[in-house]
Amino acid sequence: MGEVIFLDVSKRFSLRVDGEVHHVQALDRVSFTVRDGEIVALIGPSGCGKTTALRVAMGLDPSSGGRVTVDGREIDGCGHDRGMVFQHAELLPWLSALQNVMFGLEMKGVRGPALRGTAEKYLNLVGLKDSQNRRPHQLSGGMKQRVGIARALAIDPKVLLMDEPFGALDAQTRETLQGELLDIHARTGKTILFVTHDLDEAVLIADRIVVMNKGRVQKIMAVPLKRPRPDLGVVRGLPEFSETRYKVWRALHDGATVH
Amino acid sequence: MADIAESGKVTTTPAAEPAERKPLPRWIITLSSVVAVLILWEIFGRQVNPVFGSYPSAIAAAFWELAVTGQLWSALYDSLRPFLLGYALAILIGIPLGLIIGGFRVAEAALGIYITAGYAMPLVALVPLLILWLGLGFAVKVAVVFLMALFPIVINTWLGVVAVPKTLIEVGKSFVAPDTVILRRIVLPATLPYIMAGIRLAVGRAVVAMVIAEFFTTISGLGAVIINSANNFDTATMFVPIIILMVMAIGLNWLIGFVERTVAPWQAEIAGRERE
Repeated sequence: MGEVIFLDVSKRFSLRVDGEVHHVQALDRVSFTVRDGEIVALIGPSGCGKTTALRVAMGLDPSSGGRVTVDGREIDGCGHDRGMVFQHAELLPWLSALQNVMFGLEMKGVRGPALRGTAEKYLNLVGLKDSQNRRPHQLSGGMKQRVGIARALAIDPKVLLMDEPFGALDAQTRETLQGELLDIHARTGKTILFVTHDLDEAVLIADRIVVMNKGRVQKIMAVPLKRPRPDLGVVRGLPEFSETRYKVWRALHDGATVH
Repeated sequence: MADIAESGKVTTTPAAEPAERKPLPRWIITLSSVVAVLILWEIFGRQVNPVFGSYPSAIAAAFWELAVTGQLWSALYDSLRPFLLGYALAILIGIPLGLIIGGFRVAEAALGIYITAGYAMPLVALVPLLILWLGLGFAVKVAVVFLMALFPIVINTWLGVVAVPKTLIEVGKSFVAPDTVILRRIVLPATLPYIMAGIRLAVGRAVVAMVIAEFFTTISGLGAVIINSANNFDTATMFVPIIILMVMAIGLNWLIGFVERTVAPWQAEIAGRERE
């Protein structure tokens, strides 16, 4: 199981600019559900609150109102039921790829032979078995993010939370990793909530897309593309892909012009 | 191309291109520089009245004399004991202190101001007071070395903790690591390059502190050799301990660099530069 529910989640920041206190409503009564095994994309212009929503769900930022539940249990700070994939992977530079994956497992209390075995298994899942002893600076951007995904998956969370995971990668690497993520999803059935600003990525990967604007959920749209999607090149050519892409673009565009 | 590196078969570490002409090794450049300076010093030093200056061959002769009579070794031993103890204490106390000040807001607000002020403390002026407290012997020398070496170590460790990227700490938090584990397994390794820089800076200050202590308390050790030979206008002998101290500082610096590459090898690798 792995169902995430956002219920009226609000988040206010206060910033002091030139002596004046400004209140920023980063999230304004955000409600949506990520069903078990589903992939949901959060999309919207920068500053719309999509990353804040993800951070609140992870427990890295407290909300000012409302609640987030995972399988019915309200979250209280970080927990092993959620695995976070950071935008720039954020591997610990002094640890090898394997040790980075082991770090997450150790924090969960895994010890002994299971520790190394599990870490190796997940590195294998992301195709990095041969590079397990390399340190982060010896890995390419795409490989780093694969380690980041393995580290999050290894603790066997109910939900994978991903913050623009492929945003910092070049176009070709991004496409490779998008395909791999869908493959991993097909094999593990994990619930995934990911933030992106890439329209194509949202449509290719997600089952549903939550369009956000100015801290609010503007629209929730289903993606009428069947699973599995083994070849994203084929998916790109389908009429459903272009139609959905256009609809999401329209929603984003409408949001941007309403002032 | 990125996708070649993606395949995992190609190593990303830049291999040395065999066709390229190898650049001159650093040690050859350094050695040539030292030899050139020594030759120039020898040539021009000989023109000067030996009371006002000296030159390498005269210093070498004075070194030989001090070494044969055993005077040098007992002076070195007397100097090194308080030096090493004070320096070691500064490291042992400075690193945890810096970690605490950098890691906890309250500690930073309460103690940071003393560290900043202490770094600029005119220690020479305080030596008479320290003598009143600790006497003229071994303890006061250790204290002077300790006080001079402590502050750069604390300040660097503190700055290092403050500079740890927030996202790395969030990695720890998101995997539910307790604060102590975050401090030990994320903050400490991330701060290590700063700590090592602080320890390096402290070497020079500790050497100066040692000589100051020997001048102002019981005249002993290498400091005594300097003072006595200066009083006898024996400039060549006076230069012997000075040069030994500078060579010692270079040696310690090299040793610290070696330790740094052993405990924090990723740093040099990330910077993409092999330091010698």
